Amino acid sequence: MYSEKVMDHFTNPRNVGEIEDADGIGQVGNAKCGDIMKIYLKIENDIIVDIKFKTFGCGSAIASSSMATELIKGKTINEALKLTNKAVAEALDGLPPVKMHCSVLAEEAIKSALKDYSEKSGVIIEELKDFEPKEDHH
Amino acid sequence: MKDVYMDNAATTQVKKEVVESMIPYFTENYGNPSSIYKKGRNSKKALDESRDLVARTLGATSREIYFTSGGSESDNWAIKGVAFGNKDKGNHIITTKIEHHAVLHTCEYLERNGFNVTYLDVDKYGMINLDDLKNAINDNTILITIMYANNEVGTIQPIKEIGKIAKENNIYFHTDAVQVIGNIEIDVDELGVDLLSLSAHKFYGPKGIGALYIRKGVKLHPYIHGGAQERNRRAGTENVALIVGLAKALELAYEDLESHNKYLIRLRDRLINGIMDRISNVKLNGHIEKRLPGNVNISIEFIEGEALLLSLDMAGIAASSGSACTSGSLDPSHVLLAMGLPHEIAHGSLRLSLGDFNSEEEVDYVIENLTKIVQRLRDMSPLYENVKGDN
Repeated sequence: MYSEKVMDHFTNPRNVGEIEDADGIGQVGNAKCGDIMKIYLKIENDIIVDIKFKTFGCGSAIASSSMATELIKGKTINEALKLTNKAVAEALDGLPPVKMHCSVLAEEAIKSALKDYSEKSGVIIEELKDFEPKEDHH
Repeated sequence: MKDVYMDNAATTQVKKEVVESMIPYFTENYGNPSSIYKKGRNSKKALDESRDLVARTLGATSREIYFTSGGSESDNWAIKGVAFGNKDKGNHIITTKIEHHAVLHTCEYLERNGFNVTYLDVDKYGMINLDDLKNAINDNTILITIMYANNEVGTIQPIKEIGKIAKENNIYFHTDAVQVIGNIEIDVDELGVDLLSLSAHKFYGPKGIGALYIRKGVKLHPYIHGGAQERNRRAGTENVALIVGLAKALELAYEDLESHNKYLIRLRDRLINGIMDRISNVKLNGHIEKRLPGNVNISIEFIEGEALLLSLDMAGIAASSGSACTSGSLDPSHVLLAMGLPHEIAHGSLRLSLGDFNSEEEVDYVIENLTKIVQRLRDMSPLYENVKGDN
């Protein structure tokens, strides 16, 4: 049911963990629905120099988090903002239709972390001015 | 690679003797039991003998045993058959919130067709309250359908007491005994059941074959029209080979019930105790004593069931979960929710169901691997962060 890429990222997830002095932290989802994603960012000169994640959820939720962090590590804030859930799913060689919300969760977790960074650092990110993650994706 | 199958409540491995018993009815005695020549008569004889054996095992008569395609069909037939056959007497049915979907969805279908259904609550162990049942009965009640033991958490209901209440009120009583056959001695008269569903693949028989016990005199509609088979109530050429397999599996299951139960309970308790000793924040779901011998159902906090099943599968372990991600719906198991478990705990549920082919070594292998897997997933879980300091 899952692609080899999904299974690879589920079995050997990249960038798992926390960043103690993170510049931005974002958490989306809720336990009631069965998935929560938390993203930690370290940002220097507009570049995401480090990223870590923690996820409570199914195999595709863990794989989506892992892939999303890999896709934006080392990228600029602007590049990270362009990451869509579709891009995450495609990079994983696709997700089953019922699991697409996992990739949405990954996109929103990153945007939430960037918004948190913006609020903490005072760096204005125009695109995230009105961003609100949808708590419940189901 | 290890191959540890611990999903025996889903289905079981067919015993070698059962496979062997079926083969002649595919290869030599393949005649239609309705035919008068020898090949047909041989089939008919096997069919009759199988029916007699099922009847004897349940304490019923042969005329009360009807072969079906399995548990779902038996449940569907019992409930729809009684409902439509007794419409003149009433339109009320009583069941529980923790039934198999073959019962629940049939009841929902009947609700859309003019029937009223009461779904009884269960307590935190998954047990119904007999006073609730008595209070739910009204003048229109025509059927009580309550499962003997639950497929997810293994809780065994007080069937005899329910049977008594049904009889006192002159109401038909059906029980889905699919999980119980081969684990508990059954006598339909002693239990006071009027209809009982069973399925061969839950007791080391083949898939696609089951039976419905229908007490003599119970008014119910036929299920399949088109022939005289199964006393004009369920048309279609009998599945002779699989019926022979069902009877053989049933015979084997009741040959040595006591040692089967002793063995499974020993494995089950070793598994439960091993998990409880090794993993923190784990809860056993279901009743502690009134429980099927092979059932282990636990909730593991801070992790999600599907991720757990995938990881177990990579270690060669087959199990199941009540998580929404594995049920194909948005909500976790209706059984665990009815027992009052919060959604987030129900998402982290794991069912390991033991069978005759499991060994103590396999139990230890599961405990060992589950411990590692749970730790790995918890280390990834943001829900676990706040708890770590408390341990």
